[in-house]
Amino acid sequence: MSAQSLGLRVIPAAVFGRRARSVLERNLFVYKHIWIILFSGFFEPLFYLFAARVGLGQLVGDVRNGSGERIDYAAFVAPALLAASAMNGAVYESTMNIFFKLRYAKVYDGMLATPLGPFDIALGEIGWSLIRGALYAVGFIVVMWVAGLLQSPLAVLGLPAALLIGFAFAGAGMAATSFMRSWQDFDLVNLAILVLFLFSATFYPLSVYPPWLQLVAQLSPLYHGVVLIRSFTLGTLELTLLWHALFLAAMGSVGLAVSAFRLRKLLTP
Amino acid sequence: MKSTHRAAEPVDEAGPGPQNESNDRALVEARGLTKRFGEFVAVDAINFSIRRGEAFGFLGPNGAGKTSTMRMIAAVSPVTEGRLEVFGTDPATHGAEIRARLGVVPQSDTLDTELTVFENVYIYGRYFGLPGEVLRPRISELLEFVQLAERGDSKVEPLSGGMKRRLTIARALVNEPDLLVLDEPTTGLDPQARHALWDRLYRLKQRGVTLIITTHYMDEAEQLCDRLVVMDQAKIVAEGSPTDLIARYSTREVVELRFPVGVQERIGDRLDGLATRSEVLPDRVLLYTDDGDRTTAEITRRELAPESTVVRRSTLEDVFLRLTGRTLVD
Amino acid sequence: MLPVPLRVVEANARTYRRTWKGSVVTTFLSPVLFLAAMGLGLGSLVDRETGARALEGLAYISFLAPGLLAATTMQTGASESSWPVMAGIKWIKTFDAALATPVGVPDLVAGHLVWVAVRLLMTSVVLVVVIASFGAVSLADALLAVPAAVLTGMAFAAPVTAYTASTEQETRLSSLFRFAIIPMFLFSGTFFPASQLPDWLESVAYATPLWHGVELCRGAALGTDATLPVAAHASYLLAWVAVGWSLSVRSLRRRLLP
Repeated sequence: MSAQSLGLRVIPAAVFGRRARSVLERNLFVYKHIWIILFSGFFEPLFYLFAARVGLGQLVGDVRNGSGERIDYAAFVAPALLAASAMNGAVYESTMNIFFKLRYAKVYDGMLATPLGPFDIALGEIGWSLIRGALYAVGFIVVMWVAGLLQSPLAVLGLPAALLIGFAFAGAGMAATSFMRSWQDFDLVNLAILVLFLFSATFYPLSVYPPWLQLVAQLSPLYHGVVLIRSFTLGTLELTLLWHALFLAAMGSVGLAVSAFRLRKLLTP
Repeated sequence: MKSTHRAAEPVDEAGPGPQNESNDRALVEARGLTKRFGEFVAVDAINFSIRRGEAFGFLGPNGAGKTSTMRMIAAVSPVTEGRLEVFGTDPATHGAEIRARLGVVPQSDTLDTELTVFENVYIYGRYFGLPGEVLRPRISELLEFVQLAERGDSKVEPLSGGMKRRLTIARALVNEPDLLVLDEPTTGLDPQARHALWDRLYRLKQRGVTLIITTHYMDEAEQLCDRLVVMDQAKIVAEGSPTDLIARYSTREVVELRFPVGVQERIGDRLDGLATRSEVLPDRVLLYTDDGDRTTAEITRRELAPESTVVRRSTLEDVFLRLTGRTLVD
Repeated sequence: MLPVPLRVVEANARTYRRTWKGSVVTTFLSPVLFLAAMGLGLGSLVDRETGARALEGLAYISFLAPGLLAATTMQTGASESSWPVMAGIKWIKTFDAALATPVGVPDLVAGHLVWVAVRLLMTSVVLVVVIASFGAVSLADALLAVPAAVLTGMAFAAPVTAYTASTEQETRLSSLFRFAIIPMFLFSGTFFPASQLPDWLESVAYATPLWHGVELCRGAALGTDATLPVAAHASYLLAWVAVGWSLSVRSLRRRLLP
């Protein structure tokens, strides 16, 4: 219990409303029982990274970035995997989990009988998925560092970037979940996630695509996240990064607002 | 910004307390209270007022509008029309403050199945902003009170229906509410569990907690409620104490007769003058009378020869069926 | 009258008529997307000098396609035998309902596995057509890989059924995918030759049923020799099916008729 109170003290109260914080605390309690799930989520990106390094890397050789520089393939893919895992974690937490709590476990009905309101719940849930995402991101960045895949100290900025990606997808995911009627709808979510994962300059530069497809790929929110983190770990800072960050921030904010609105409609008819 | 936040949670500062309202003022007051979902009218311009310290019942068949009314009182469902005041404030603008002083036992348990018994109450208390130091001793007391002290570390899933219900009540009491709202608290429980629960609710009432109960068990209403309203098709059709209602809408006693198949159908016209009111059902005949013995004597004199005769006291169930009819709802 | 296990198959087929749309995503679109993204996209990088040498001149998409076929049947076989089986045992208890009729545990297992085989067959045929339309291999050659693909899927379906029947907690199912299925997907020769792995991992890869399935599919579709004789790969997979099948009957009996 003390570890939890400590964790909650570290999170500034100004960031999360006091009431939203109790929603966070609830999730901490839950994962105390099933920490293995939390822990195991860390491995999937590691497996992909290892596959990129020993497998695909040997087949592909080096990759050229925008300015024609040659980059080791694993160093190219790793930041994208960090971005993708931030997306995956946020989407899983904000879709399947929230749907379960909303429709089956009736967790929110219980919460709403207390002073908590729909906005507190939305904020608390998104906050929780950010914390979970941050744990994974820190772990992955450390692994990248040990594996010698960081080419710049700017890589520490990969953490806030991963959180931004998490915020964007948690907001959007939760908003989408509020419209879902059955578990079958999640097949669409999985499909969308897979498309984003595979086609957002994750495994190869966009230059592989014909020009029109390059434009389409830029609509992918994950693409913006990948560009952001890749610039930090490779140490190629540019002003255009602001645009990518802005895109993600806007996506998360709209998602959060829609979620709170929809939760109010669903839970307090 | 900060001050509004604090004001929203009176629990932390002053603790729950009746300082704001004087004793004669209603705790809940509804005038023309209406709830519509699209075209459907769930609650149709009802009036009622609930006083501090009483146990107030909403009776009615399924779909009568009880739960909708409860949800409006609990500030989780906006009022469509009319006026509703809870603790003298408007749920639309003071929802969080009202909920801070309420305990809610919903119709189906909303227990957190991913948490243990203790954690369910603890986390619920955290939703009210109560600090852990306050919660821990309070939860021990509450679990003791609902006879779950030994099950603190148990998961929710293996608990029996009655235990889950008692846990929900413990959870609803964690903020020491002034008003406890119970929506069909004993539906689906076995007799032992129901009586255990009634016992706990009775003790709460003695401690001065105001109770609002919906139920379709008449014995429950008679046991627990000081005053009740009967709802049917979104409206209140009667109001009073259980004895009032029986006096007003039924007779002191009821004689139940069974006749052989064939006789039953043709018995109707031979019952004239036997009772204040009579009712011929497919399986039996009910005679509402103030003196059961005199009625049975008269039956013998007329040589009606029923297969069986039972004289019983009138109950709230008779009132209920009279007011809301015998047709199945749902 | 229908033989008892086939009645179970019929029940599954009737349910599937209502839910097949969802399975299109996982069993069909996902390999197509992998094929497009990795085969075409990444392939354009691989087919330059480095990769061409490692794959001995074979186009990356041709190398990848049969591997993905095997990997997809693995995923279908495993997922059809995890969550739906858990649902039958615990969530919606359809198995209990079936056992209250003349259906017995061996019928239940047989019906389930035969149904999964039907699903695998449908999936493989559709996938093979897609692979051929990508130009990765010719349709006639690719069709030869269908039996191998179904066998691969079954080598997962049977043991995963046994695993699900013997586990109480649903979280163990996610662990199975995270720690067994996904690593196999990545390291059993689907995306790159297992020989590129570090030695210790290489021998682990050779023990996985997926590697044998990939070898069989690739050999059949590309008309090349698999690492071992076809019979050896096939018997290894059959052994997984047989052991998994009998363990399924045993654990399910223990679970449902204690």
